[in-house]
Amino acid sequence: MINTMECSVDAQSLISISLRKIHNSRTQRGGIKLHKNLLVSYVLRNARQVYTNEKYAEIYRMQQYEEVMTVCNEIQELNPLDLVEDCEEQTGDCCGSATESASLCGALLPVSHQAPSAQHIQPSSACSVPLALQSEEVCKAPDPSFYRSCCAEVYPVSNCDFSPVNSMHCNKTTVLDLDTHVVTTVENGYLHQDCCASLQQCCQGAQSPAKKRKLDFEYYVSEIEEVPDFTPCKRAKFEDSSYASTEPLDTSNISNLISIFGSGFTGLVSRQADLEQALNGQFCSKQALASLGAWTRAIVAF
Amino acid sequence: CLSGIATVTKEGGGNDVQWCFSQVKGAIDDDVAEADIISTVEFNHSGELLATGDKGGRVVIFQQETENKSQPQCRSEYNVYSTFQSHEPEFDYLKSLEIEEKINKIRWLPQKNAAQFLLSTNDKTIKLWKISERDKRPEGYNLKEEDGRYRDAATITTLRVPVFRPMDLMVEASPRRVFANGHTYHINSISVNSDNETYLSADDLRINLWHLEITDRSFNVVDIKPANMEELTEVITAAEFHPHQCNTFVYSSSKGTIRLCDMRASALCDKHSKLFEEPEDPSNRSFFSEIISSISDVKFSHNGRYMMTRDYLSVKIWDLNMENRPVETYQVHEYLRSKLCSLYENDCIFDKFECCWNGNDSVVMTGSYNNFFRMLDRSQRRDVTLEASRESCKPRQVLKPRRVCAGGKRKKDEISVDSLDFNKKILHTAWHPQENIIAVATTNNLYIFQEKVN
Repeated sequence: MINTMECSVDAQSLISISLRKIHNSRTQRGGIKLHKNLLVSYVLRNARQVYTNEKYAEIYRMQQYEEVMTVCNEIQELNPLDLVEDCEEQTGDCCGSATESASLCGALLPVSHQAPSAQHIQPSSACSVPLALQSEEVCKAPDPSFYRSCCAEVYPVSNCDFSPVNSMHCNKTTVLDLDTHVVTTVENGYLHQDCCASLQQCCQGAQSPAKKRKLDFEYYVSEIEEVPDFTPCKRAKFEDSSYASTEPLDTSNISNLISIFGSGFTGLVSRQADLEQALNGQFCSKQALASLGAWTRAIVAF
Repeated sequence: CLSGIATVTKEGGGNDVQWCFSQVKGAIDDDVAEADIISTVEFNHSGELLATGDKGGRVVIFQQETENKSQPQCRSEYNVYSTFQSHEPEFDYLKSLEIEEKINKIRWLPQKNAAQFLLSTNDKTIKLWKISERDKRPEGYNLKEEDGRYRDAATITTLRVPVFRPMDLMVEASPRRVFANGHTYHINSISVNSDNETYLSADDLRINLWHLEITDRSFNVVDIKPANMEELTEVITAAEFHPHQCNTFVYSSSKGTIRLCDMRASALCDKHSKLFEEPEDPSNRSFFSEIISSISDVKFSHNGRYMMTRDYLSVKIWDLNMENRPVETYQVHEYLRSKLCSLYENDCIFDKFECCWNGNDSVVMTGSYNNFFRMLDRSQRRDVTLEASRESCKPRQVLKPRRVCAGGKRKKDEISVDSLDFNKKILHTAWHPQENIIAVATTNNLYIFQEKVN
């Protein structure tokens, strides 16, 4: 768990500072420094983790509040004579609201990725722990714009829809590695390799011991950029098998989320007002976060 | 094996070396030209020569004057011996990138004949320079005048044998080898092998082995580039050959690990022979844990039994026979731990400090901010903070220990953390291989300090 107490700057500011550093490094003399950018990406990841933990805590509290209010309303409308039916109705409503909540979780994923494999995703698994439901419906939450913007902040890919700043087609990136002459396309998170390049790759694979010894005469061109992966969430989302191999930090992230979700809710009523105010006040950093997708795709390849 | 953390005890007293000012080289004015920023400092194997490299691609070599026997308290001084432009800025048209001429490292070759040889490197190209003296000049050519003009053959009536006559000493530096196109990423280290035939060069992801005579090819011995760059989690930060075992080298990583490799085990040393790593203290975890654990320098001890690593806040001494933790850990400037946020914002957290051993491996030295540098005495478990400053520049003036006040009431003569000047950093230091003479580089000045002789 990251100790944020010593830091005078909050997670959001750290994210924007880090993104600025990565952006500035592109125009630095001498070329992009791989080492420094890697370290900055770690800070970015750490700050995002803290930020998303805080955000999920807020969302969960909001969601719990919505559930409570719904149930309260239902109870108020209850006619003592309709008790039996209403029990079923109530259960249905609970499920219904749970469905809504699950679809809220679903809405946290990019629309194109709401497959059963999404069960492996950290936030949805955290959602499904208390709710035990999975839905593929598009988010029907009462305040879609709010939740969607939260989604946008969490998953860069979904920013395509919401961020006016990002004009890039952000679910496709092409990388040319002049070391190996392999052209790689990252599309919707899945790695493709162009046919001709893959043939070459096979040949290269067979000769790899010799290749290792050969002199690296080639320079590489950083035409289109490749993202150093600093979001464990993103990797887990795109490859089920890689989930098991994600860094230990991911596990701790889950346990943090579960502990947050399991901790119950307090002060929910006041939370609503705080949240609305927070939304307005933090517009600038939200924009920075919303444009996270643009920046992540703009990271230079190596 | 010793273990534990050295803390400041008392300064002064019996066996402590007292350091005094000897010389300072470089411009006095505060307006520092970027090209003059010193980027590397290195003594040669005898300590007679001291080389510096700067951001402008220049190499300046100082030579120690032969000692004046009649005045033993006047330790010999270092004077400029040779200056030459080692690297020029280049432009890589393929990448549309400028290649900086900044000298990242200089390493001397052991002396074999009258000439001196050193390797200097920028981000991409390593060069072997020969530095030779000329103190005689041939005179009395038959076909040429003294100024070089050719004589009219018809006017030659006699023949004579040309002779060498003494001339003012001239030191010439000439590039003998250029080792180019070996690295895709930025070179951070070079290290000459004890076999005096080969050397290694390391960039962020690869380490190459070169033969000093062969420039058109090199062997790649370490390659940590992942197949998918998105999976990149660490880079190589420094590498060095073992001082005696020509088959052994180490490289450090941005994750705080050191790998020892044996070239006899396999041609490609992606698999290490030993992995040195200390588990992270979970209570110290912060946003910047990864940055401050990145190792900026690794140096073998002269006896080859230990190695020292420098990360942002500490110096660690490792016994090569113990991989799971260092035998000694020294805090360089622990008071900065609570300032990491600000240091991240102003980029200081990315500063790469070097470290060095003294001749008998009993004391290690490293730099800090505010032009402070730290001497860590391993045998006496003492440490002292000294300052390289123009204010302590009187000849043979003894350096006074400095103290930083981390918090609370500031005592007299202490400086508070918030008053430290983070633009004044000492990244590069060097220790004479035999004597207690140290070279400390501030931004654009080189200070030479010597042990006080009573």
